Amino acid sequence: MTVFNHFGRYLLMIKGMFTKPENWRMYWKELMKQCQDIGIGSLGIVVIVALFIGAVSTLQTAYQLVSNLIPKSTIAQIVRDTVILEFAPTITCIVLAGVVGSKIASELGNMRVSEQIDALEIMGINTKAYLIMPKILASFLMIPVLVIIAGVLGIWGGRLAGILSGILSPEQFDEGLLSGFLPFNVSFALYKAYTFAFIISSIPAYFGYFVKGGALEIGKASTTAVVTSCIMILFADYILAALLL
Amino acid sequence: MIEIKNLRKVFGDKVVINNVSAVMEAGKTNLIIGASGSGKTVFMKCLVGLFEPDEGHILYNGQDFTNMEDEQRKELRQQIGMLFQGSALFDSQTVEQNVMFPLDMFTRLNHHEKLKKVNEVLDRVNLKDANKKFPAEISGGMKKRVGIARAIVLNPRYLFCDEPNSGLDPQTSLVIDKLIHEVTKEFNMTTVINTHDMNSVMEIGDHIIYMYQGEKEWEGSNKQIIYSKSKKLNDFIFASEFLQDVKEMRMIEAEGKAVNGKNGN
Repeated sequence: MTVFNHFGRYLLMIKGMFTKPENWRMYWKELMKQCQDIGIGSLGIVVIVALFIGAVSTLQTAYQLVSNLIPKSTIAQIVRDTVILEFAPTITCIVLAGVVGSKIASELGNMRVSEQIDALEIMGINTKAYLIMPKILASFLMIPVLVIIAGVLGIWGGRLAGILSGILSPEQFDEGLLSGFLPFNVSFALYKAYTFAFIISSIPAYFGYFVKGGALEIGKASTTAVVTSCIMILFADYILAALLL
Repeated sequence: MIEIKNLRKVFGDKVVINNVSAVMEAGKTNLIIGASGSGKTVFMKCLVGLFEPDEGHILYNGQDFTNMEDEQRKELRQQIGMLFQGSALFDSQTVEQNVMFPLDMFTRLNHHEKLKKVNEVLDRVNLKDANKKFPAEISGGMKKRVGIARAIVLNPRYLFCDEPNSGLDPQTSLVIDKLIHEVTKEFNMTTVINTHDMNSVMEIGDHIIYMYQGEKEWEGSNKQIIYSKSKKLNDFIFASEFLQDVKEMRMIEAEGKAVNGKNGN
């Protein structure tokens, strides 16, 4: 299949999700389940990644700023903007592409191979709407929240690392943190989070939903889903930066 | 009743189903038999709408399924139950939740009423004390029974079974066959079964369609199949020496009965 075939089928899959639910309560239940899986299920890894990325940012920024003419509080400014603009949305979402993306692709792939999707279709359920839509909506709801948590914890991790290593005092860090803050940067991070949330959920859903074969193909689909999602995240990251900054 | 008129399905250059017509009557177990690759599964998938036929019509009680709008099709599908080869139970749900799923999705019953209905159908398929078990914790035969329970919980008018005996021992196969046959009669359903199992053919084949290379080669009942003159069917059904012996014995028995009947004994 060519890239155009895949893209066409992907668009048709997205279009196919927009039908009236057979039972709103069951769709709501599925949405809540997905919110829990995607949000709570990924929280641990997001917290760890964010803390360490913030901490490493502080140490590496301090390492590069050797001039005595530059105030120490600049380190906090750089860490804040790097974390908000890039690390919190992009790195978190690349990690989530692995965690959530592979889960979505393998779950749907397994359902396809074991005929569970066919069973739902025969019951008269629109499987694209029932299985894929809640995953995309849950990603829209939970991934921006995870990105905000990652941003806050990243900066906090940077502050902690700066203090513990003696690079700068808490007052110096807080001074830098508050100086020259642009609220637009937070909006930009959220634009990215929503864009990446769509990529992380819809691309793995596509690869999982259309799996053919057995266990080996599910593994392959899962890998392809994660790789494609990561590439698309980086591509979208560039496009958004070029358009909005 | 399901009427199939001149059904044709092509994949690329390969004609998988070629001009097949048949009538599947209500209250009967209609078996589709044939060698691997003869088009049975594609035929069944066309009947339930998982594949779109290239030509022909499928009529469910006179309603043309092939030309239906999506919404009409959804409504009709709620009258269809299907048992899959691998049971297709939802892994993350218990037996009870699996059987309750169609009720949750398509009825407005309260939880107590749904639970009552679930227990009734689980009793019907002789499956007690398994409500809280997950599919991974039960045997193949039990999975099939849960699959049947899920398929019949909405009292469907049509039941489709894709290789219901695959992977089961002969004794469990008989139990599953008997169960399908009983529920077919009890609920007056139109049941279509796709099978390789010769026991099923002989035991529950009220109406049998033999498919050969995508075409309907023979049609009849389990009583007629012994006397079939079709070489392809005989080669398929009575493939082993043992089965040929069984056929000969059955014919001798039948002839003996006929002679006794004429003699007035």
